Amino acid sequence: MAIVNLNIARRQLAPDSDELRLIKILQNGLPLVSRPYAAIAEQTGLTEARVMELINGLIHDQTIKRFGVVIRHHEAGYRANAMIVWDVPDEQLPTIPQQMLQFPFITLCYRRPRQLPEWPYNLFCMIHGHDRESVQKNLHVMITSCGWRDIPHAILFSKRRFKQRGARYISHAV
Amino acid sequence: MDNIDRSIINQMQGGFPICAEPFAQVAQELGIDEDLLVSRIDSLLANGVLSRFGPLYNVEQMGGNYTLVAMRVPADDIERVTGIINNYQEVAHNYQRDHEFNIWFVLAMATPEQKQQLLAAIAAATGYPVYDMPKIREFYIGLKFDA
Repeated sequence: MAIVNLNIARRQLAPDSDELRLIKILQNGLPLVSRPYAAIAEQTGLTEARVMELINGLIHDQTIKRFGVVIRHHEAGYRANAMIVWDVPDEQLPTIPQQMLQFPFITLCYRRPRQLPEWPYNLFCMIHGHDRESVQKNLHVMITSCGWRDIPHAILFSKRRFKQRGARYISHAV
Repeated sequence: MDNIDRSIINQMQGGFPICAEPFAQVAQELGIDEDLLVSRIDSLLANGVLSRFGPLYNVEQMGGNYTLVAMRVPADDIERVTGIINNYQEVAHNYQRDHEFNIWFVLAMATPEQKQQLLAAIAAATGYPVYDMPKIREFYIGLKFDA
């Protein structure tokens, strides 16, 4: 289902450009055949070498953030998913995120706006773990080893997941 | 999931090779047959452990717009409210969390202009304020995850 149409002007892609055709076909995933880029080439009317060159280019300009597998943590046995939110003094941004990302269990880290007075937190990170106990333990290790006891934070464990889908960005009808 | 599945996931979260026979290359790195690798990926996709095999696009780069939205909903009204929220096709994820701010969902839209309209519509339909928390900066995306 199309939810976001490609902003062609911004990426300066013509509607009939090779890149746009490739982006649309690749959003269905890579075919599970021995030569997947040759299979994509056949669908797009490009050569295998051209497909590989274009994908490398899309990764290089960060149109593609990751190229590989995307895991569903819950199905993979990571039952505990915690969003930890921090009220970090502005002058300590971004040194604190740099320290956070030294820890392998930190999977995401974003700065977001505070919503005062109800919501004082401006830094969000995610920790996935097999259970809540292991998440708490990892968080404790990070806070004590970095000396962050004075930084106010809250742990928001997930209770229920209502919806998780791979977003489809581009309409097939485009 | 067994050890082979775990090693496949760990190996491939770091990226998938772009070469003529990428499965053969990954299989060789893992010390397994190419056919086994392909059939395992197929099963992991079928049973939902993997949501995607291929590119993860940067929606902002393509002109789209994401935001994270939080709401405070009384426990006895959560079913009704999440029923409304989940009906929007722009809602990509929706989690109930253990906090006063207990409903957290991601909106993915084509343009920034659509956001205000959607937020207003959701607030009106549910009867609760929505808190828009767009990312100001992304510091890190974990590429590796030990399965």
